[in-house]
Amino acid sequence: MTPGVNPVGAVDNVHRLLGHPSDLKGHLDAHGPLNVAHGRDGSWQQDLVTSLEASGLTGRGGGAFPAAIKLALAQSAGPGGTVVVNAMEGEPASDKDALLLTRTPHLALDGAQYVAALCRAVRIVICIPIGRDSVAMAVNQAIMARARYRYAPVREEIVRPPGRFLTGEESALINWIESARPLPVFRPDKGAPLRIGRRQALVHNAETLAHIALIARNGAGPFRARGMTEEPGTSLVTISGDVKYPGVVEIDRGTPLWDIAVRSQPVEPVQALLVGGYGGTWVGPAHLGTPYAPIPLRTIGAAAGAGVIVVLGKTSCGLAESARIARFLADQSAGQCGPCVYGLPAIADDVAKLARGEGSGEDIVRLHHRLDQVDGRGACRHPDGAVSLVRSALAVFSSDVAAHGQGHPCPQWRKPTSLRFPRPVRL
Amino acid sequence: MNSTSLWYATRASGIVALILLTLTMVLGLVTTSRPRARNWPGFAQQELHRRISIIAVVFVAIHVVTSILDTYVHIGWLAIVVPFTSPYSRFWVGLGAIALDLMVAVFVSSLLRAHLKPGTWRAIHWVAYASWPVALMHTFGMGTDSREHWVVALGALCVFAVSLSLAWRVRATAKRRASVPTITDHLVPLNRHVTTARTRGPL
Amino acid sequence: MSGMRIRIDPVACEAYGYCAELLPEAISLDEWGYPIVDDRPLHPELVALAKRAARDCPKRAISLREKASG
Repeated sequence: MTPGVNPVGAVDNVHRLLGHPSDLKGHLDAHGPLNVAHGRDGSWQQDLVTSLEASGLTGRGGGAFPAAIKLALAQSAGPGGTVVVNAMEGEPASDKDALLLTRTPHLALDGAQYVAALCRAVRIVICIPIGRDSVAMAVNQAIMARARYRYAPVREEIVRPPGRFLTGEESALINWIESARPLPVFRPDKGAPLRIGRRQALVHNAETLAHIALIARNGAGPFRARGMTEEPGTSLVTISGDVKYPGVVEIDRGTPLWDIAVRSQPVEPVQALLVGGYGGTWVGPAHLGTPYAPIPLRTIGAAAGAGVIVVLGKTSCGLAESARIARFLADQSAGQCGPCVYGLPAIADDVAKLARGEGSGEDIVRLHHRLDQVDGRGACRHPDGAVSLVRSALAVFSSDVAAHGQGHPCPQWRKPTSLRFPRPVRL
Repeated sequence: MNSTSLWYATRASGIVALILLTLTMVLGLVTTSRPRARNWPGFAQQELHRRISIIAVVFVAIHVVTSILDTYVHIGWLAIVVPFTSPYSRFWVGLGAIALDLMVAVFVSSLLRAHLKPGTWRAIHWVAYASWPVALMHTFGMGTDSREHWVVALGALCVFAVSLSLAWRVRATAKRRASVPTITDHLVPLNRHVTTARTRGPL
Repeated sequence: MSGMRIRIDPVACEAYGYCAELLPEAISLDEWGYPIVDDRPLHPELVALAKRAARDCPKRAISLREKASG
C-alpha cells in the first residue's frame, strides 16, 4: 500500500467504521489521500452524489433521511455555507459518536470535507458538548495534525455547546451557533434549509459523515456488501442496561435485535429492549427477533433512532424505569411550547404514580388521553419521543400496568436504576 | 367660537380623555395569558381596550386643537409635540406633549404592527404605559380645575383603578410563573446521578 | 381537497385563548389552555373569523395557509 496513491478500494475492501488507525499517517495509509476536487469541474461532485445515491446511506443521527437527497438539496442552496458535524449525542445511553470521534476522528472529519466540497461550504464546525472533554481533545489533536500537514482544504474548528438533551436537535444547534440559545425553532417547512446568517448550514451526524468518507473513497460497493439489500451498510449501536459488557458495537443493518443485545451479554433473562434511545420505544419478548432496519422496526411501532439499545432484565421494573425516563425527558424540555412544558411533567407524574402502585384505572385513562393530547404539538419532536416511550411502556409492560393499577406494584420498582442519566447541565 | 367656549371645550375634553385613558389602562392591565376564567371573553376585552383607546385619542385631539385655537394663552403648534417649548405654562404643557408623543407612538406602532418585530411593538407599548401618569400630572399641574372637589375625587378614583389593576397584573403574572412545573422531590427512587434541578429554559 | 388551514406556532403561543373563543369550531383548548387545531380545511364561512383570530392573537402565533391535503 503506497501512501499518496488513491486506491480504488480500501486495504481489505470491507466497509467498517471501527478498527481503523487513529493517527493521520495511519489513516492515510489505510484509506489513501483525501483527494477532494475543489475545482470548478462539476463531474467529481456528480460522481459522489451518484455513489451516495447508489449506496442507500441514510442519516445515522435519528432522522434516517437519505443522505444523497439531503446533499442534493444542499447543493442547490448555494455556496459559502457551513458544514456542522453533530456530535452532540444528547441521548444519555448513546456513546457511539464519542467513540467514533475518539478512535477514528479522521473519518468523520474527512466526511465533512467531502460534504463541504460538494456544497462549496467554507467552514466546518464540529459540535462537541461540554462534558465530553476527552472527545474534544482527541478531535482537537486530529485537527491540529491535519492543519500541520495542510491536509484539510476547508478550515475545521470545534465548538462546545451545552450538553442538554435537545441541543443536538438540528435547529437548536444552529440556533445556538447563531445566538447562543440552544432552543429548537418552529420549522413547519422542513425542506427549507437551515441557515447561519444568510448562508446555509448543513447539519450531519458524525457517524453519517464517517460513512460518507468511506463511500467517497471506495464507492458504493463495499457499503452495500454489508447489511441488507433494502437497508445496506453498517450502524454503530450503543448497548447498555442489564448487561455485563456495555459498549458500542458495529453491526450490519438488518441484524435481529436479540443478536445485537447478546453481544453485550445480558446478565439475566431479558424482559424488554429499549430501542432508539430514551425517546424511542420498548420492544417486548415477542419481537426480539425483529431486524434492526427501519421498515421491520416500523411494523412493530419502533424505529432505529439514535443507535441505542438498552437491555432491561427480569429483575427490573419496566414501569419504574419508564417513569425515570419520562421525568428526565420532562426536565429536558426546552421550555418553549405549552404542551411540552406542562404535558410532559404531568405525564411523568402519572407514570411515576403508576410505578409506585398509587395509580388507578382513571389515572391510566387520563394518562392515555394526555398522551394523545401532547403528541405532535411541540415545535420539535421531543414530546413525540416522550409519548412514544410511555405508550410503548404501557403496551409492553401491560401486565405490570394492570397489577400496579390495582395497588399491587411489583417489589422491583424500588430497585436502583440500570439506566444512565447525566448530571444536571444548566443553560 | 369665542375664547371662553374653546376654553371650556379644552377642559372638558381633557377630563374625558383622562377618564378614557384610565379605562384603557385598566382594560389593558387586567389581562394575562393562560387565563383561568373561561367565561370571560378575552378577545372582546382586547377589542374594547383598542376601541376605547381610539376614542381617547379623539378626545385628546379635541383637547389639543381647542387649546391652540384658543388665543387667550399662546401655546403654539410646535409645543404640542415638542415638550417644554410652550410660552405658556412651559412645564405642565410639556408634560402633556410627552403624553401625546407616547400615545402617538403606540397608535402608529399598532397600525404598523404586522411590519414590526413583535419585541419592538411590545417595547413601545410598555413604554407608552408611562403616558398615563404623565397625563395625570399634566391634568393636575395645569391647575385650571384641579381644585374642584369632584375633579380631585375623579383623579383619586383613576389612581385607585390603575393601582388596583397594576397590583392584580403583578400578582397574576407571578402566579402564572409559579404554576410552570418544576421538578419536585423524587417521586420514584432515582439513581444518584439523576438531576434534581429543574431547568425550565433560559427565559 | 384543498382549503385554508390554521397553523399555530407553538413556541410563540402563550395560551391567551382568544383564538378558541373566536373559532370554537376549529380550535379547542387542552387542559393547560393551549390550542388544539382541527386539521381539516376551514369552512369558507369561518375564514373571516380565522383571519380575525390571527390578527387578534397577542403573540402573533397564528397564520393561515392554503394547503392541499395529501
